[in-house]
Amino acid sequence: MKRTIDRRTFLAQGVGAAGAAAAGLVAPAARAAESPPAVPPWMQVQGKPMSGYGQPSKFEEPVKRFILQPYGPIAPGSGASRTPLHALEGTITPNGLHFERHHNGVPDIDPAQHRLLIHGLVKTPVVFTMQALMRFPRTSRVCFIECGGNSNPNSMSPKPPQLPAGAIHGLVSCTEWTGVPLALLLDEAGVDPRASWLLAEGADSAAMSHSIPLEKALDDAMVALYQNGERLRPEQGYPVRLLLPGWLGNSNVKWLRRIKLTDAPMQAKDETSKYTDPTPDGKARQFTFLMGVKSVITQPSVGMSMQGLGWYEISGLAWSGAGKISKVEVSADGGTSWREAALQEPIFSKSVTRFRLPWQWNGERALLQSRATDEKGRVQPARAAWLAQYMPQQRYHNNSIQTWAVEANGSIANVFV
Amino acid sequence: MSSCRSVGACLALAALAACAANTPTTARPGAKFGRAATAQEVAAWDISIPPSGEGLPWGSGNAKQGEAVYAAKCQACHGARGVGKPADPLVGGIGSLVSANPVRTVGSYWPYATTLFDYTRRAMPVTNPQSLTNDEAYAVTAYLLYLNGIVAQSDEMNAKSLPQVKMPNREGFVDWSRN
Repeated sequence: MKRTIDRRTFLAQGVGAAGAAAAGLVAPAARAAESPPAVPPWMQVQGKPMSGYGQPSKFEEPVKRFILQPYGPIAPGSGASRTPLHALEGTITPNGLHFERHHNGVPDIDPAQHRLLIHGLVKTPVVFTMQALMRFPRTSRVCFIECGGNSNPNSMSPKPPQLPAGAIHGLVSCTEWTGVPLALLLDEAGVDPRASWLLAEGADSAAMSHSIPLEKALDDAMVALYQNGERLRPEQGYPVRLLLPGWLGNSNVKWLRRIKLTDAPMQAKDETSKYTDPTPDGKARQFTFLMGVKSVITQPSVGMSMQGLGWYEISGLAWSGAGKISKVEVSADGGTSWREAALQEPIFSKSVTRFRLPWQWNGERALLQSRATDEKGRVQPARAAWLAQYMPQQRYHNNSIQTWAVEANGSIANVFV
Repeated sequence: MSSCRSVGACLALAALAACAANTPTTARPGAKFGRAATAQEVAAWDISIPPSGEGLPWGSGNAKQGEAVYAAKCQACHGARGVGKPADPLVGGIGSLVSANPVRTVGSYWPYATTLFDYTRRAMPVTNPQSLTNDEAYAVTAYLLYLNGIVAQSDEMNAKSLPQVKMPNREGFVDWSRN
């Protein structure tokens, strides 16, 4: 047999049947004693009473965001924290684990003092209180937000970083957002026919701002007030943020306080100096809003270890800024052969989709990959093809295929293929 | 209702009566929930500066004045003469973008000088944003342009001159918003 896994081991099996075998994979360290007490202590004392706002079990305390502070104590709130994707299931990110990217910390905003101003090329400049925003008809949708810099440890590091999946790819999170269609607010101000862009500005201490084509604002943009049913978390823009489904995280401006309609982009710092993509011809792509089709296997991944030969469930996440995920294929031989994974319903447009595939590990080294295709026919690129588009050290839009090596000793490594 | 001439007219009247009686509807004709902003409010809130320079405030400053502001308020993070560490380098790298080791700074990469003023005024210094006077913001902008060899040390930066500064990488970007 070849050094990679026999293709036949991919033959479709019931996903449920593989689920139980995979259970040992996610908890490498803490294996429970074979025979716990017949009457455990928690059955012999009264339990804790109710609480006003529930918290996870203390045994889940290690499930945390990965915090990066590139400027250290000078600007501790300038940086990012990544969602521990590998420790989560399903598709919805718990609110306390949604990734963060702040440009000078999280502002402490009193909603009674906060206003949203819409002005510029409008018939009437309008100010909205938060109470006024609450009077508009609302809409909900599930969608992801992904930071442009997601997965850049894999493109900025010369060697594959041996980090958990979330520490590399966790600048993406998925949420049910509820709020007011931006088009309704713009309608109240009355859009001047000369307007073609708008600037969205936040009320943080970076006054973070980004220019957005008016077409997107009138299409599916939302002024979001709720996150998975509760009001936005401060880290996610409380009391109000912009949501641009499928578009560059940076343009989903948090703590939204001002929208100015214009006839051209403002050329703000974060659409010129940063979040632009240098190409080998010496130019740089600007306003690269659309987030590419992408997937990553979260199980197995670095930090986990195989618990013997046999059946495992390969599972991961796929998403595209252009629409629905239509297909995810999985390879165990570094991309030579592929099998189509099962997609968990429901599949929403511009949202995260969970994929699963049973896999029998025969103890040899395997190179696991996933490759997503969206409903527009866009296919996730291989690493080499993706790299070739850009100058070295490309910081943004890394949607290339991730490879995890399952070593013969059962450990798992990040490898560049 | 006995005066209705037809069934249709009766239904229409009934519908009007229903609206008046707080019945849910699918439309909200003419509803307005915000209030008009005053010109003063807009002027005070609007700090974004496009390449045309529209909205640039009164005031001015040159590189000589900016050197003192920079030393007091910027150097701790951006290093002497904008070389960087721990924060991003602001100076140098002009002509390096296609080399094996591109250095992307205000001088080598940023396409518009107005962006430098806009960002400095809104977000810097990082420990006390929006604290610079207009003159200080113009002066620091002038100093960084001077260190990059783009303006002379005595050039005054103000609402008129700043938009006219031609940045070396002005033509370096390709609009990808429709891809």
